[in-house]
Amino acid sequence: MSLNIKNLTVYYQTLKGDVQALEHANLSIADGEIMGLAGESGCGKTTLSNSLILLKPPMKLISGTVELDGKPLPITDMARMDEYRFKKVSIIPQYAMNAMNPTRKIGKMIEELLHSRRVDYSTLRTELTRRLELVKLSPDILDMYPIELSGGMKQRMVMVLSTLLNPSLLLADEVTSALDVSSQKSVSEMLVEFRKREFVKSVVVITHDISILYQIADSIMIMYAGQLAEKASTETIIHRPLHPYTHLLISSLPKVGVRYAEKRLEGIPGNPPLLLNPPIGCRFRERCPMAFDKCVEEPPFEEIEEGHFVACWKEPKSYAQA
Amino acid sequence: MTKGKKRNELLYFAFRNTKLKIGLGVVLFFIVLTFVGPLIAKYNPTDSVGPAGAPPSAQFWFGTTTFGEDVFSQFVHGLSSTFLVGIVGGGLGTILGMTIGFAAGYRGGNLDEVLNVLTNVVLTIPVLALLVVISAYVKVRGVMIESLFIGVTTWPWAARAIRAQTFSLKTRDFVDLARLSGESPVKIIFTEIAPNMASYLFMTFILMFGSAILTAATLDFLGLGPTQGISLGTMMNLAVLWSALMLGMWWWFIPPGIGITAIVGGLYIMNVGLDEIFNPKLREM
Amino acid sequence: MLRLNGITKIYRIGTFGGKELRAVNDVSFDVNECEVVSLIGESGSGKSTIGKMILRLTSVTSGEINFDGNDISAYKGSGLKQYYRRVQGVFQDPFSSYNPIFKADRIFKIIKDEYFPEMNAGEWDEKVHSSLCDVGLNPDHVLNKFPHQLSGGQLQRFLIARALLLDVRFLVADEIISMLDASTRIDVLNLLVGLKSCGLSILFITHDLSLGYYISERAVILYRGCVVEMGDTKEIYNNPLHPYTRLLMASVPRLDKKWEDVAGEIEWQRKPENDAYGCVYYARCPVAIKGECDWHSPQLVEGDSNHFVACFRAANG
Repeated sequence: MSLNIKNLTVYYQTLKGDVQALEHANLSIADGEIMGLAGESGCGKTTLSNSLILLKPPMKLISGTVELDGKPLPITDMARMDEYRFKKVSIIPQYAMNAMNPTRKIGKMIEELLHSRRVDYSTLRTELTRRLELVKLSPDILDMYPIELSGGMKQRMVMVLSTLLNPSLLLADEVTSALDVSSQKSVSEMLVEFRKREFVKSVVVITHDISILYQIADSIMIMYAGQLAEKASTETIIHRPLHPYTHLLISSLPKVGVRYAEKRLEGIPGNPPLLLNPPIGCRFRERCPMAFDKCVEEPPFEEIEEGHFVACWKEPKSYAQA
Repeated sequence: MTKGKKRNELLYFAFRNTKLKIGLGVVLFFIVLTFVGPLIAKYNPTDSVGPAGAPPSAQFWFGTTTFGEDVFSQFVHGLSSTFLVGIVGGGLGTILGMTIGFAAGYRGGNLDEVLNVLTNVVLTIPVLALLVVISAYVKVRGVMIESLFIGVTTWPWAARAIRAQTFSLKTRDFVDLARLSGESPVKIIFTEIAPNMASYLFMTFILMFGSAILTAATLDFLGLGPTQGISLGTMMNLAVLWSALMLGMWWWFIPPGIGITAIVGGLYIMNVGLDEIFNPKLREM
Repeated sequence: MLRLNGITKIYRIGTFGGKELRAVNDVSFDVNECEVVSLIGESGSGKSTIGKMILRLTSVTSGEINFDGNDISAYKGSGLKQYYRRVQGVFQDPFSSYNPIFKADRIFKIIKDEYFPEMNAGEWDEKVHSSLCDVGLNPDHVLNKFPHQLSGGQLQRFLIARALLLDVRFLVADEIISMLDASTRIDVLNLLVGLKSCGLSILFITHDLSLGYYISERAVILYRGCVVEMGDTKEIYNNPLHPYTRLLMASVPRLDKKWEDVAGEIEWQRKPENDAYGCVYYARCPVAIKGECDWHSPQLVEGDSNHFVACFRAANG
């Protein structure tokens, strides 16, 4: 098991109280697995990924442990995490491609970044150019300024940089959402290629766009309002989901070939609860068509068949009948 | 979070902010003194009421000048003209800056170019030199005239900053939506754009207020201040003129000096404090 | 109803406006009564600029936009105000569409002040209530709140309700659901199409092909400011003629097909010898004809019935 998360609960501290952004997350990711992490905005997917690499105030660890490659990951210890960050756990942050210093040449920026991580740039230089060529970027871009690159090129550059030290785990946070459809495809396919070449062992792809995950992920985990709802193989999630939320979410997505005039899609009525003072129990119950008395207790995230985890009291038989 | 709560949050940070408390305290102290001072001062500031050049005593709290005038009376009366310069000069500068900044930023295009040139021209004029020349020609000068001059020469940097802010705010969708609702440009500026930079405008006014006081004090000190009335600057000017420095009459020039430094310093500290309150990134948690 | 006739938008950039940027280049299309037309393009294709020009938020460099036969650029003052009575817009970012320091329902009050100053308060409240009900909101839940207290979906419905308060007949919907959550976005979309039956025409601007397919009768595909293909939506999706449209079809992530199963054409990256002439898609086109596509820009020609394409290859068969 590459990554093992046990009972992870993380809150955000605010003046008005704790925002319960992530509640009792239990999860493991295998070596070589690309796991998609999907959910609506505010469901806790970014919180989950940030707590694996940079858990700093106002984030607060309430409980839980994380293991990477069999060794505990000291997520709350900023100093000790420095040894893991970028080397063992790496991230492609949201908006990374817009966060580059516009006055620095790209090569210079990479050198400074590696230096700050106490890694020798010169020894990695050949590997860097090799990988840039792999993502169809000429090594000439090292002498260019970020502004001279298109969004897709920048994103590929950031990907190469984030995986340069062959981390065990790569967290890719909304890497495709700001890109055009044609660049989306090439960037996503590159993630798969990186895994194949073992530049990274496991990848967590965070996105709100489930159709991208269908294309590249081995498994998909759906979150709702800070709780894990369902995790299974991609095919299972898309075609045979068990959690009512997953089911409704997937069926509300417009697909090429579906027209309003012929088949009217339906959304999910209602809004997600506020996490400042969320309802006790299953947080989806107010919008859930299947909710019943027991839903006021928090459902456990349990494996009901191999590799298929669901947090729902109705599971598995009753829902299948409905 | 409701608006009421947001207000409360600002107040919460305001009460916790030491810089604001110190700055506001100092400024308030002098404002109170401006109003209360004349009531407790026993003498007319320009009357010769005591022995010449007497050091501070129970009768003359801040001592007397070479002409036997009471320094304390002069000080509290001088304070009011200092605040007047701040309000009128700083206020005028802010209003001019707002008008020009809003117009240039919202309209853009040619109007922006013209106003930009105007702003840059006024910005490069050595303000003090100009004021010296003007003051030298205008024989009878009051505090109001002085404030006016200061106001019409200090607006450019406010205009620049406001223009830049307007520029970025006008690209927001709600401004487009207001245009789609048929609102007039003036209405859009004052009901959509200005409220969003209210804190900024307020801080601009405070800075302009402070710098107007400082400019006025400089002018007064050079002997180009009001020919009638009294201000903290003219007090220092007279003190130097009559060799108070050499005669060791520190009580003549120290109080107005401290007064100006404290007011302007207080305003600036207040401004830094306000900045921290309005800008969440600068808040100390 | 709405006709765009060869509209072009040129931005002057650089010092002293020395450089030209053609954001929109000679675009013509119509939107008929009670019709939804999708304007599909990637970022930088000029699709939002076209929406802004229709809403008179940006000037047109050349060309003409006609609404009910009148040139809209002639409207000034009260004429423009009357135009906005009939033509309205909803934008992408629901949170940016509201002034953050005021309550969200202030947008209704502005409409009252500008368009219905004589109406008494009770009558107006009724009108607002019925308009909110029309867009599927419960007035008691959403009135008197600040924008951040409402969800993105509610805010977008608010904006649609605002348009309904006027006698709106044409709506520019610029990416209105792209920032909404997946579970609520489809309802806003359904609401929009539902309004069609009330006599509303919609220009639906989007980058998402599946959304365009879902809601519109006709589609216009835009690439770098030029219309490369337009026609009946079904026709375009089932039988894309332009290589760019085909690329889009092949790269859009779908839930029914994997990328591997979609025959995608390889995208090219060649350096055009000249920027000023030729087809806009020449640099990326896998089937470009050297000597022709880099020198002449193809005109929109009717490939099949009501299906236009601007490509020499497609036109030659």
